[in-house]
Amino acid sequence: MPDPMRIRATAQGDSVDVRVLMSHEMEGGQRRDSSGNLVPAHFIQNVTVTHAGKVVLSAQWGAAVSKNPYLQFKFQGGKKGDELVVTWLDNKGETRTDKATIN
Amino acid sequence: MTETRRDFMKLTGVFGVLAATGLLSAEEAWAQQQAWNKAAFTTKSVDDTVKALGGASAAESADIAITAPDIAENGAVVPVGITSKIPNTQAVYIIVDKNPNALAAGFTLPAGTEPAVTTRIKMGQTANITALVKANDKFFFANKEVKVTLGGCGG
Repeated sequence: MPDPMRIRATAQGDSVDVRVLMSHEMEGGQRRDSSGNLVPAHFIQNVTVTHAGKVVLSAQWGAAVSKNPYLQFKFQGGKKGDELVVTWLDNKGETRTDKATIN
Repeated sequence: MTETRRDFMKLTGVFGVLAATGLLSAEEAWAQQQAWNKAAFTTKSVDDTVKALGGASAAESADIAITAPDIAENGAVVPVGITSKIPNTQAVYIIVDKNPNALAAGFTLPAGTEPAVTTRIKMGQTANITALVKANDKFFFANKEVKVTLGGCGG
């Protein structure tokens, strides 16, 4: 089971500022290990953030997003106490969903 | 009822999870899940990326701001922020022309989400970061050169 994400969602007036730090190797597939073998690509491909059942951001990533991906964005309509759900899915079919409360 | 259950069973992964928890309808979830755009993530140039994303061409725009260091010490972790002032921005993409695959990330921003995202990407060498914006189904771009001291693609 992949490590949990760290999510911080802060209401700022009309907007909610969302910062997510995910735990993932984001292996590009170009690196070789000590025996000279290519380390296979292993990276997050899809990310979704929802609030009150509505998608507020969806992303598709390639292997060029840095290890332990960081994401920051803002959306309108959320308020303190609401729940935010963040989900990612990687190229091996592994997935992780975490929730956070807007504060 | 049987049909709905079968649809649910077919779904896996992120949108399956969301559908199962009732946050997205099964149809919406399936539609979004199918979308990892492999063609777009294996292009080698900005132009090819635009085509893979369904566009014909992209027009340069002064309304796209790229926040990134002029010199990146560590190419494995380059912070990049893109802000679009173009009305009806639908999506923002980050492209690095000299990376093994040009498209690094794409973000779809529904109405109500500000057209600005920040993330961190890998750059293999000094290159242009191209911010591609889709607005009103048309594509726009801006460039910023980032010098890279230590390449980050691991090759």
